[in-house]
Amino acid sequence: MSTASLPDIVFMLLFFFMTVTVMKDVPLKVDNELPNASQVKKLDKKDRIVYIHIGRPNKAYANTWGNEAQIQLNDKIAKVSDIGPFVLEHIEKMPPHIRPLATISLKVDKKANMGILFDVKNELRKVNALKINYTTYGQEEN
Amino acid sequence: MGKRADVPKVNAGSMADIAFLLLIFFLVTTSIETDVGIDRLLPKIEKDTTIATVKQKNILRVLINEEGELLVDGIVVQMHALKQSAIDFLDNGGSPSGEMGHCNYCMGNKSLDSSDNPTKAIISLTSHRKTSYGDYITVQNELVAAYNTLRNREAQRLFKQDYTQLEADFANPNALQLQKEEVKSKIKIIQELFPMKLSELETNN
Repeated sequence: MSTASLPDIVFMLLFFFMTVTVMKDVPLKVDNELPNASQVKKLDKKDRIVYIHIGRPNKAYANTWGNEAQIQLNDKIAKVSDIGPFVLEHIEKMPPHIRPLATISLKVDKKANMGILFDVKNELRKVNALKINYTTYGQEEN
Repeated sequence: MGKRADVPKVNAGSMADIAFLLLIFFLVTTSIETDVGIDRLLPKIEKDTTIATVKQKNILRVLINEEGELLVDGIVVQMHALKQSAIDFLDNGGSPSGEMGHCNYCMGNKSLDSSDNPTKAIISLTSHRKTSYGDYITVQNELVAAYNTLRNREAQRLFKQDYTQLEADFANPNALQLQKEEVKSKIKIIQELFPMKLSELETNN
């Protein structure tokens, strides 16, 4: 039996996975288990989305940041007041024609409290970033 | 010339193993990520707050407490019953025929104590600061499901197509521009029949 074509086949598979792989771009410092929902829509293209992570700090950071839910912007734990400048900076970086389409994806841990989310939403309203998305895990309709 | 003929052989036997190793690495690290979620538009901050007067019967008050329990218009409701009570409220069509604001496509029981017209009906979702986000999203999901059910019904009646399908078509990047315009106009018609008026509020007590 000839196995000469085996490397080719494997390479083909390899390239497939290499192209579809999306590496996580930021290490998460907060727990981020999203809730499930069935009535969901796909998010728009990545270039017009600003991510905000909210959740309880990981074990490694619990000593520094405590057990209450915190906000993570990029790779840093941030205060509520940092959200406005952060969002504006990201929108500024986008090409002008997609700025009106900018969406804030809120990745909130399902155990987080609503309080922090209200504060975040208020900050977003202040900088007029009104398109938001409660990002969830999808689920088959039942 | 003769010397070029014997090119040193490279042993390529381990190539497959290396490729396998890489393949397994990518297989393990890959998460074919599709981000999905519930879209919302936050209200603008109004400079001059004009207080709009809305009839009490046109508001459905949904309250979530810290434990994730629901109160709908003062009555304790289970999570699985929320969708139906939202549908009943939106689809009520209380104003009598012949009057302004009569809803000729509503199939609800035309109760005078519930909403006049879907275009006037507002769902107000109030949650405590300590409500967990998971519970909140479950409720949001049920309310969106209520809207989608009604919108699907109307889309089936008018265009023989589900509203959710229309939205999926619109989001499809491969669709032609011409089709998109058509789909967009259909979506608009349905959204005018059942506009989503959902206000998200916070309570401290």
